[in-house]
Amino acid sequence: MAERTLTQEQTEFREYCRGWLAGHKPAAPSFRLPLSPIEVMTEEQRDYLCAWQKACYEAGLIGCDYPTAYGGGGHDGFQQIATAEMGRAGVPYMINVIGLNMAAPTILHHGTEEQKRTLLPPLLAADEIWCQGFSEPNAGSDLANAQAPAVRNGDHWVINGHKVWTSLAHFARWMIMLCRTSTEHKHQGLTYFIVPIADTEGVTVRPLIKMTGETGFNEVLFEDVSVPDTLRVDDVGKGWTVAMTTLTYERGAAEGAGSGGGVPLSDRIKALVSLARRMKRNGASAWDDAVVRDRVAGLAIRAEGLVQLNRRSRVEALADTPMRLPLQQKVLVSELLQDIARAATEIEGPYASLYLGDQRAPDGGQWPLAYMNSYGFTIAAGSNEIQRNILGERILGLAKSK
Amino acid sequence: MAQPKNFGFSDEEQMVRDSARKFLKDHAGIETLRKLVARDHREAYESDVQPAPYDERVWQRIVDLGWPALAVPESAGGVGMKMIAVASLAEEIGRAALPSPLTATLIATTVLRAAAEHGSATSATWLGKIAAGEPATLGGTNADGSWDAGATDVRVTATADGARLTGTAHFVQDARKVRTLVVAAAGDAGVGLYALPIDAPGVSILPDRIVDLTRDQARVELRDVVVPADGIITPDGGTAAIAAALPAILTIVAADLTGAAEWQMQTTAEYARVRTQFDRPIGFFQAVKHPIVEMMIAVDRARSLTYAAACAIDTDPDDALRLARMAKAAGSDAAAFCSDRSVQLHGGIGFTWECDVHIYFKRQKHNEILYGDGPFQRARVAELLGE
Repeated sequence: MAERTLTQEQTEFREYCRGWLAGHKPAAPSFRLPLSPIEVMTEEQRDYLCAWQKACYEAGLIGCDYPTAYGGGGHDGFQQIATAEMGRAGVPYMINVIGLNMAAPTILHHGTEEQKRTLLPPLLAADEIWCQGFSEPNAGSDLANAQAPAVRNGDHWVINGHKVWTSLAHFARWMIMLCRTSTEHKHQGLTYFIVPIADTEGVTVRPLIKMTGETGFNEVLFEDVSVPDTLRVDDVGKGWTVAMTTLTYERGAAEGAGSGGGVPLSDRIKALVSLARRMKRNGASAWDDAVVRDRVAGLAIRAEGLVQLNRRSRVEALADTPMRLPLQQKVLVSELLQDIARAATEIEGPYASLYLGDQRAPDGGQWPLAYMNSYGFTIAAGSNEIQRNILGERILGLAKSK
Repeated sequence: MAQPKNFGFSDEEQMVRDSARKFLKDHAGIETLRKLVARDHREAYESDVQPAPYDERVWQRIVDLGWPALAVPESAGGVGMKMIAVASLAEEIGRAALPSPLTATLIATTVLRAAAEHGSATSATWLGKIAAGEPATLGGTNADGSWDAGATDVRVTATADGARLTGTAHFVQDARKVRTLVVAAAGDAGVGLYALPIDAPGVSILPDRIVDLTRDQARVELRDVVVPADGIITPDGGTAAIAAALPAILTIVAADLTGAAEWQMQTTAEYARVRTQFDRPIGFFQAVKHPIVEMMIAVDRARSLTYAAACAIDTDPDDALRLARMAKAAGSDAAAFCSDRSVQLHGGIGFTWECDVHIYFKRQKHNEILYGDGPFQRARVAELLGE
């Protein structure tokens, strides 16, 4: 590849990644892995994925751009290369996705020296899983309405409240948490904490059952939980600013299919074509049906469009305003995955009625599951309606919906 | 596989794009365009012969700037720029909805180039004329409106020292603005390509009445038109040459579409920022805000694919057709959607002749059609996916 932008060192690193991944791609597990890390349910899934992330970390493919003092590789521009190579190699995703994509960059930007030294190495190695506590029953799209109170008591804080939709909380050691430290101001009344949630007195993690029938995310209840002030991130009252840092990384990293392995989009399109070839429609292969072909081609175009949009977003001269393309990511990925899964269920015809565990279900029943699960992505991380507000207001200067 | 990450868009290409953008902003802004093509609705649609307005002085300056020579190889007297530069230029032309023979000329250029690469010794002369500023157009469509390479209703018979053409080329773009016709014609040897002055004896231009105000279109009738040997681009390689040029043709039209769609999106966003109803700018309302965001998303998808297609033509030709069809599909769909919302979100004024959005609406509909719309391209993309 004529990648003129890569340095000699980066080119060598890419070759190293390719070689290492070729030799260390883990054997497929005997159990089913969910489509994304935030749906990990069982301990065997967790153990398999933690071992994989740790192996990648120890090989230098994770945390490569973090300073060595914080457990990183101390390089520049390496992570993007490693991530791309992992995607190309079709290896499993990183389980500690919230830690890697949200907590770690936030701590690096806003955290204390001690937080960086003690928390980042086990995060990168997947020795400690992280989760995120922003949303509450009454603070979803209106995130700044978060109410969970944190009250100072000497060198500690006492935290109460109720967080919802917390993926991975059932395995997590730490939560990044948005708390209310003042009721006088909406945004400036928020403060950002790192809260230990495993085996902590006063913390209850309860699974929420998704519409798919699976667990995978949770609600977390806090009752007089004591947290040392050393785990506060940035100043009291700066929680909203810190949370925006987290969300910027979350939205940027919302490449559901691309962040450190997972199923590349092009493979999902191939799977759709393969499915259409196998299923029957009007007495012939569904792939012979012009309407099916039009649908699948349209999705293939959107998938390729996303790949090329990401490529373009890194070429300043072709990207217009800096955030215009990155801010589209989340909407594009989540709706594409949803529409691919929906199309698959249509192609399956009556077979789309068959779910996990039915012997005759095409592709093990994964398509109806993926279709239902896709709403997690269109709703989470700022619903796509909120994303469109952000795009309209920040990029196009339209009047704020508030 | 071997595509540069930056689409091959480096300083030189950026200079072309930026200078085109500036020139068109200064000399072909929306006020100028309106006066040129939409001064009077009766003149536009009810004249005995529909006018084909364009500013010849602007065209002369474009020639002086060397734009027609951009895609002509250096060996034929041109600049030989990469397709990514040509696509960037076409995008700016689309953004300005410029009435000119440039797009038709760029398309004819890619076909002559492809013929040269397939061994045509005569095409260099005609490419040289283009580089020198003589605009050209391609006659490669039959009465069925087929965009398939080699489709033609023109017949050719060989003569002692050349060829004789008879028949009609349909849907010929900007025929009244060009000097040269490059026409596909079928004969005993197969489909060939022939280049001739469009005012040669026996050639009649029969203007179509079209919706688009920013170009002209015609049937070009040929009656026993004599073409000397130097006008025979290829006697039997016409289908192959047009097929080889197809990725470039689709990319040029896709670039025009996306440039115009960007204008539609920006213009609608601007209106939503300033137009007030219920005491608020209408962009406050999500029923207005979100569709404008959808316009942007559609434009950016099409633009990204267009650059990818152009870059593939330059560096990865095996993948160029797939990406170009995707770009044209995405571009056509973006144009359709942006046209639809630009009129609707302007409200009542958007439905009138005095509001500029109709000029782009019409150009975009025309662009969607050229070389196949979204459903057409998707059917072809599906064939490639199934391979």
